[in-house]
Amino acid sequence: MDHRIIIEPGRSEKNYWKDLWRYRELFYILSWRDVKVKYKQTVLGVVWAVLRPLLTMIVFTFVFGRMAGMGAQSTVPYAIIVFAGMLPWNFFSISLTECSNSLVGNTNLITKVYFPRMIIPASSVITSFIDFFISFAILILLFIVYGYMPPVEIIYMPLFWIFAFLASFGPGLYLTALNVKYRDFRYIIPFIVQFGLFISPVGFTTETMVQKIPSDWQWVYYLNPMVGVIDGFRWCIIKDTPNPMLHYPFYISLGVTLFLVWLSIYQFRKMEKNFADMI
Amino acid sequence: MSDAIIKVEGLGKRYIISHEQPTGSYTALRDVISNKAKGVLKKKEQLPPKEEFWALKDVNFEIKKGQAVGIIGRNGAGKSTLLKVLSRITEPTTGRIEMNGRVASLLEVGTGFHPELTGRENIFLNGAILGMGRAEIRKKFDEIVEFSGVEKFLDTPVKRYSSGMYVRLAFAVAAHLEPEILVVDEVLAVGDAEFQKKCLGKMNEVSKNEGRTVIFVSHDIAAIRQLCATCVLLKNGQVAKYAESSLVVSEYLKNKEAESFYQNKNIDTSKDAVLKKIYLTNTAGELKTTFNHDEEMVLHFELAIHKKSEKNNLFITLLDQYKRKVASSESQGLAEKMTIKFGPNFLVRGDYSVNAFIHSPGVEFVHMLDDVCNFSIIDNGSKFMIYREHDYGNVFLNTTWIYQ
Repeated sequence: MDHRIIIEPGRSEKNYWKDLWRYRELFYILSWRDVKVKYKQTVLGVVWAVLRPLLTMIVFTFVFGRMAGMGAQSTVPYAIIVFAGMLPWNFFSISLTECSNSLVGNTNLITKVYFPRMIIPASSVITSFIDFFISFAILILLFIVYGYMPPVEIIYMPLFWIFAFLASFGPGLYLTALNVKYRDFRYIIPFIVQFGLFISPVGFTTETMVQKIPSDWQWVYYLNPMVGVIDGFRWCIIKDTPNPMLHYPFYISLGVTLFLVWLSIYQFRKMEKNFADMI
Repeated sequence: MSDAIIKVEGLGKRYIISHEQPTGSYTALRDVISNKAKGVLKKKEQLPPKEEFWALKDVNFEIKKGQAVGIIGRNGAGKSTLLKVLSRITEPTTGRIEMNGRVASLLEVGTGFHPELTGRENIFLNGAILGMGRAEIRKKFDEIVEFSGVEKFLDTPVKRYSSGMYVRLAFAVAAHLEPEILVVDEVLAVGDAEFQKKCLGKMNEVSKNEGRTVIFVSHDIAAIRQLCATCVLLKNGQVAKYAESSLVVSEYLKNKEAESFYQNKNIDTSKDAVLKKIYLTNTAGELKTTFNHDEEMVLHFELAIHKKSEKNNLFITLLDQYKRKVASSESQGLAEKMTIKFGPNFLVRGDYSVNAFIHSPGVEFVHMLDDVCNFSIIDNGSKFMIYREHDYGNVFLNTTWIYQ
């Protein structure tokens, strides 16, 4: 028989990843459930996905663009510069939030059925992809309104999209596991999201930022994974932006992201066997 | 290798009961930090005490392919923990289990049903949760629908289903799983008799005709007898007996009856009055220890009265499984034989026992008995059935709702 299962304490399963693959159907269906439920009951579900990035962009454009006079030197409309940063940022913040709350929100499944637990946080991120598509449609609308033609680099966008996914999935995975053990971790997430917005190049650009930081300390700024992600998005969307991949600090962001993903998976796997007892 | 499909060796599961949070609320990081800080300041021995509790201890057994095995035991004997470990929901602390096949567990019907989704959508969702692929579900879709009997409501969100329909649909999905090992926990206690019969039939078919292994936990002794040839009796987390069902069941019932039938062996004649026997029957006068929630129960007291006194009364209190007091009643005067009737629809599901004492109020206690006459209540389809995982108290509140 092909399904030989041995249960022992502390046994890390040899076929963990195979198991995860075997349960892919569950992953599809849980993602589909989350999407369906999110947009089924609320008319506002979709409207909200449109309003949120749009209103934030308007505020940023007004405050930073008009009042602080940022982006005046650029030929590209400031609204598009902001939106190019907003797009990955919103994706990050929504996925991080959904991901961190996913396990606790599915308590009944976890205490009743076995499946690789990683499916739950992974599928919860899927709903934020929908919001991402909606935001992307708004971006295209902005292109049309401003008569702006994006550069050819836009075809590289999926790469940074994967980067954004990893940047939110890593910390999200760890946070959702910690959330099972210490419920007050959920209070930390809004803080990360709020604080992160100000240290990430959403309202400003990396170029303006690095001018103001002494070069010895620039690496600290790049420790934020979202710096790499947003720079990548800007490069894809805004004309004449330097390619971030040609500069070494980009790899600090990427490195931190990959490290966080590895750490989170490692910690998650260590904790997941006892989720049912703690939750 | 033998033909064992499940081999359990030295299995143990330990829980740490911490006494610092009597409310049983979740751990918060701030508490952990503040406790650590306090721990530094205080001496070691002042840290909150922690108690170990072995829900399972040194459990060994083997199950052969195609066998249907029942697991019985009192509440807290470790049945649910065993199932959870077997179905990989939680990890054992010691020991080892070897299984040769996919396991599907049916620990509670309707797990993962989403109230907003329709019946059709929930079939797919539930199927996937139980380990079926979409193609497999599609293939069996008609069969599932037919078994459940909810064709007409397939496109209605399940939040509008009655609890009966809900359970039917859930069981229908689960019954069409094709794992090598099926783990079932008390699902048959729900639904109407006809549907229960249908489920039992289905499970019988699964184990006998298709050669699958079924592990079945239930309070319903009749169902266990009918379905399972062999049985495991768990007692305090250990296997007390593993043998042919009829032997195990009779031992279980004997134990249970011994605990349910109170009999006083050495009667103290110096006392005014002494309780001799306490036992429960149904209204037809048959001895019983397990009742349905909608059944009337009769609690019998037999007393030896040595000195008649106007002032002596019998005071009884029902206790729940945590020995908390549920409700009390007091007689006015005593007699050699006394009965009280209660129910139907009074106690909710669970295990109960009785406190009884003879006293003259405010003067003296004549004879006192604590925690005797154990009995169980099974919910066979009340409105609260769907909340069986939650604590909704001990008694049904019989209220009248007025809508204005």
